Amino acid sequence: MFNNFDGKVVLDNLHFLIEGMQTTLLLTVVAIIGGLLLGTLLALARLSPFKTLSFVAGTYVNFFRSMPLILVIFWFYFLVPHILGRPVGGFYSVLVAFVLFEAAYYCEIMRAGIQSVRQGQIYAGQALGLTYQQNMRYVVLPQAFRNMIPILMTQAIILFQDTSLVYVVGIKDFLVSADLVANRENRILEMFTTVAIVYFVICLSGSLFIRRLQEKFNL
Amino acid sequence: MNYNWDWGVLVREPYLEWLTSGFTWTIVVSLTAWVLAFSLGSVIGIMRTTNSNLLRRIATCYVELFRNIPLLVQMFLWYFVFPELLPQDAGMWVKRGMPMPEFTTAAICLGLYTASRVAEQVRAGINSIGQGQRNAGLAMGLTPAQVYRYVLLPVAYRIIVPPLTSEFLTIFKNSSVALTIGVLETTAQARQIEEYTFQGFEAFTAATVLYIIVTSIVMLLMRFVEGRVSIPGMISLGAK
Amino acid sequence: MFKQLCVAAAATVFLLGNAAPSMAADSPVLTRIKERGTVNMGHRESSVPFSYIGSDGKPQGYSIDLCMKFIDAIKAETGLADLKINYVPVTSQTRIALMANGTIDLECGSTTNNLTRQKQVDYLPVTFITGTKIASKKGSGITEIEDLDGKVVALSLGTTNEKAIKRVAAEKGIKLKTVMVKDHPQGWLSVETGRADAYASDHVLLYGLISKSKDPSQFQVTGRFLSYDPYGIMVPRNDSTYRRLGILTLADLMRSGEAHKIYDKWFNPGPTGINMPLSDTLKKAFEIQALPH
Repeated sequence: MFNNFDGKVVLDNLHFLIEGMQTTLLLTVVAIIGGLLLGTLLALARLSPFKTLSFVAGTYVNFFRSMPLILVIFWFYFLVPHILGRPVGGFYSVLVAFVLFEAAYYCEIMRAGIQSVRQGQIYAGQALGLTYQQNMRYVVLPQAFRNMIPILMTQAIILFQDTSLVYVVGIKDFLVSADLVANRENRILEMFTTVAIVYFVICLSGSLFIRRLQEKFNL
Repeated sequence: MNYNWDWGVLVREPYLEWLTSGFTWTIVVSLTAWVLAFSLGSVIGIMRTTNSNLLRRIATCYVELFRNIPLLVQMFLWYFVFPELLPQDAGMWVKRGMPMPEFTTAAICLGLYTASRVAEQVRAGINSIGQGQRNAGLAMGLTPAQVYRYVLLPVAYRIIVPPLTSEFLTIFKNSSVALTIGVLETTAQARQIEEYTFQGFEAFTAATVLYIIVTSIVMLLMRFVEGRVSIPGMISLGAK
Repeated sequence: MFKQLCVAAAATVFLLGNAAPSMAADSPVLTRIKERGTVNMGHRESSVPFSYIGSDGKPQGYSIDLCMKFIDAIKAETGLADLKINYVPVTSQTRIALMANGTIDLECGSTTNNLTRQKQVDYLPVTFITGTKIASKKGSGITEIEDLDGKVVALSLGTTNEKAIKRVAAEKGIKLKTVMVKDHPQGWLSVETGRADAYASDHVLLYGLISKSKDPSQFQVTGRFLSYDPYGIMVPRNDSTYRRLGILTLADLMRSGEAHKIYDKWFNPGPTGINMPLSDTLKKAFEIQALPH
């Protein structure tokens, strides 16, 4: 079956595949931004002096970190419309799932990053008369972000790979588009091999780029 | 919201049996994959810290290859593409001759994927010990193999207990990806129940609770183990 | 002919609309379609020739054509000439849930109308009649389900076929090994690559799969019907106004002979060469369901 590998099928459907890749990238970018924002808030909540707040944030994080992403996708895909009493399109359901799920992971990265800022810096800020908020905003978070850049970027690559799981609910991302072509043209082997190569090239370039960045800026 | 709650569905046959069997598959797939991931990951991780250029390069290629393709895509490669690359007889054996083809494929795929992540942890553990200990061992006349066996590894593994725990939990959660090639594990069974009974809330809640229980047990267990094996004066590597 | 029909249908709807101007108001589905200006149409990706993705990347097929007529009626009813269609791909596993939770307003695929599902969704009149059969390689010695004892059979998750095969096998004490697949192409691939000895599905879909395979002469569809599967367009439950509009559309098509033409376009012989002339049963079904105004 493999000895008549048909590369033409990929070229013929290039347009379709590129559209799928756009969905994948859109999903990745929005999930990163949303996850990062929510994750930062959660991290601040976890480190806050208010016990209840930090308990709630901690529970949230542990809850989502105990669940497989596929299960989270199913939850939101099928049951959110029930709760809201109105349909949210499939794409938005999984987007919500990704943001909420990734926020738990980003929270842990942010927490580690914030804790990596030396205590002396915080004291210095306090000595200068900065409020807690100002101290976080101008002293701690900028340094924390710098320390976290490599991990955040690695997480972005993981997230990019994770978006392929929307396959289980049929959102037309890169993998599903390829799967559709594969089924239509009866070319499953060619399409899956192509998908693997494309993901590999993108992710490898990404990780090499991160490594270069780390060396250059000594992060 | 109009929804007919019926928690009884979870203890009614055949749904209870479906959940039990799904949960069993989750555990069996995870454990099998973990044995493979741990042993192969250790070998690859050690290779990455040796002085041999060739071994290091092979191990690096392995890690990069398996880390940079999404698990789901790897699952499809093993299930759909791999058997077609083999000679016909061998391909047929993989597709139906070997015991429980879907399960075996899923466990091997998950194991090979996670091995690349375990390898990174093992490498980090060994590297965190520092060149001094290695040199000291060699100076005492130990062979490189003995240095690993008696000096580096005993310390490295104790340091990386937390990140390995986290990798184990990842494998456990990732086992749900096996549903895409027809292994009816916990998540797949929850979906099946939802489909047959339309009691989605109950089914998904049951699956969620099962995952949380296992995660909590593993965490508690490892906290205990961690306390027993931690090396005084040495910080263990943070879970990531 | 078609134009005349449209005019007639539009005129009828217009008159009815005038007589009862609040018709859309008592229909939650029509109301939400009107508010959005969009109708969400669930479709399959590989139910040949009912509902599948054509080479232009758009859904097409027998069910899609029938649904388009329904959507024309929705346009007339709501007065939205520029009603947009949002195509939502569904699978055998997701279709009921997506209909029940309101994501899709109609499902145009290859869905069996049965009483269990009617607890969650509603249906328009029967537009096709089929049942579970078995597809296998020629020369495999498989004809009936009894021949599958000890063999591997692929089943699509969430289909009536899965349930039918498992039920019959349990009744007759047939020991099957099963491979669970997500959708028809995967089931078919497992037969083509030898992973499974047979794939069980609605017989018409099996013919569709064979007609699209690399070498159709290698495969066969055999055995008695193991289930009775009448297909219908799926609509949300508890909205008789909306459902009536669909029934009216289909009854008109069945009465005028338009339904037969659409049928012939896809089945006789059809773009994939499936070659299934309108059966007497289905012809009778069309007659019976062509309710008068």
